[in-house]
Amino acid sequence: MGRFVARRLLQMIPVFFGTTLLIFVMVHALPGDPVAAMWGDKAPDPAQVAALRHQLGFDKPMLQQYFDYMGGLLTGDFGQTMAKRPVLDVITEALPVTVRLALFAFAIEIVLGIGIGLFAGLRRGKAFDKGALVITLLLISIPVPVLGFIFQTVFADNLKWVTPTVQDSNDITQLVLPAFVLGSLSLAYVARLTRTSIAENIKADYVRTAVAKGLPRRKVIGTHLLRNSLIPVITFLGTDLGALMGGAIVTEGIFNVKGVGNALYHAINLKEGSTVSGFVAFLVIVYLAAGLIVDLLYAVLDPRIRYA
Amino acid sequence: MPDLTEKKTAEEIPAQAAVAADAKPEKARSLGSDAWHDLRRKPIFVISALLILLLIVIAIAPGLFTSVDPRAGDLRLHYLSKPNYSHFFQADWFGYDLQGRSIYARVVYGARASVVVGICVTLGVTILGGIAGMVAGYFGGWVDTIISRVTDIFFGIPLLLGSLVILNAFTSRTIWSVVFALVALGWTQMTRVMRGSVITVKQADFVTAAKALGAGTGRIMFKHILPNAIAPVIVVATIALGGYIATEATLSFLGIGLQDPTISWGIDINSAQKVIRTAPFALFFPAGMLSLTVLAFIMLGDAVRDALDPKLR
Repeated sequence: MGRFVARRLLQMIPVFFGTTLLIFVMVHALPGDPVAAMWGDKAPDPAQVAALRHQLGFDKPMLQQYFDYMGGLLTGDFGQTMAKRPVLDVITEALPVTVRLALFAFAIEIVLGIGIGLFAGLRRGKAFDKGALVITLLLISIPVPVLGFIFQTVFADNLKWVTPTVQDSNDITQLVLPAFVLGSLSLAYVARLTRTSIAENIKADYVRTAVAKGLPRRKVIGTHLLRNSLIPVITFLGTDLGALMGGAIVTEGIFNVKGVGNALYHAINLKEGSTVSGFVAFLVIVYLAAGLIVDLLYAVLDPRIRYA
Repeated sequence: MPDLTEKKTAEEIPAQAAVAADAKPEKARSLGSDAWHDLRRKPIFVISALLILLLIVIAIAPGLFTSVDPRAGDLRLHYLSKPNYSHFFQADWFGYDLQGRSIYARVVYGARASVVVGICVTLGVTILGGIAGMVAGYFGGWVDTIISRVTDIFFGIPLLLGSLVILNAFTSRTIWSVVFALVALGWTQMTRVMRGSVITVKQADFVTAAKALGAGTGRIMFKHILPNAIAPVIVVATIALGGYIATEATLSFLGIGLQDPTISWGIDINSAQKVIRTAPFALFFPAGMLSLTVLAFIMLGDAVRDALDPKLR
């Protein structure tokens, strides 16, 4: 187990550096000079531009800029935005909001997704199952911006259950609607995965054995059927947590949530290389850690899987 | 509804395409004709295929469906003039947008961007990812290690975020820049599926037999392995197509995808969001068409998967 974790951690290192380098190069290769942009419409003074570029390290080769940046990152220095604000400041302001939003969406996804999938799988072919299939198909097909506006119109404008946009991003009760929109697509996938897995495993020998030895239905489903059926679901959930955090751009925009997606969108538009790289570095870590946790959960769920 | 959409196993979720490595080797030709035989009888397949056919016709020849210029705006019409739902196929059927352009005509002409982006991105990722996956799976060793690590690196970048960064580099964006960005980030999924599939097929007896008969690497790869390993890739590609269309619309919605002379449902959804409370129809029609298109491709993908996946028979 320890050796497995160590090996996986070592494998993560090249992926981490590769992904951050890729984003770093892409952001810095963007056309338009952020230094010249500081002068607005006026013609910049070449000497001042050169001095600023030197000060920001933009005159160095790309690879050296990257290593300087990573060196700073590893010692906790995330650099500054073009407006001289520490990037770490931007991150610590936006991150808790998005983490809350993503975890909220994640919880909705797990509870509703697995719940719907479980009931649909157990009642295969019945009305609930068919209804669940149609609803999940619709959730998968309706693109996020459209779904956001539908929810906003129905639940906020017509039913007046919530405010159309989030007034205070730190208030978790206001995040209900955006969390639903953010988690809806994955919710549909989770429900469908669980349903298939349950429907497949319900015919398995171990389920029949459990029923035959007289276990109560609740126990057959809870400890035997569900636990064995969750492996494909867990795999999906593992990649999804990172995607939820990085993919909240549209949802956060529609509902005015001041989170990572919002900050990233503005940073990309303003060509704030160090802000984008900082966020991406963080998202990649979340993504890799989730992958590792998923691998370890396999062993918990399926006793046949052992990591030497 | 028949049980077309219901059988979903672990392999089909794109995000965990690596699991598809477990797919059993299968006979392609018989499987292909078998699948076709199966598909023709499924109403969902027929409905979605007809819908997609109609969309492709609209995309190729939008002029057949409306004679109105989708870019001609008459400010007197504005979005305040309500749609006239009994004027079938007329300019004012779905009403007018902010600049007095016919929403119906724009919905018709917007199909092209979505269909072209969806099909081109899918072809691009399938070819690029397929080749990379086949090379990695067939040669193994250090080639596999390098390709797999590069795949991991690209896989770590969220699609939407990465395409935002790439598309920002284009000063004027066309359909092709969006296709480029999505292919550049999307190929990893196909690589993983193809690699897993090739690894299982590679161990089959007929490959050993072909080697023993002296077949060259190219012949083994394209004549023996490819036809037998392509099924999972086709399945993932068909389902992903709908997703790429949705991504294009999302990018255009964010103002970072297609740009104005190009007509895209995403752009129209974006401009209609400002009047969502006074003129909801301006949002409803492009959004409805977009959802219908994505739905058609996802239903098709579901049907194709059920037909091509022998494990579910």
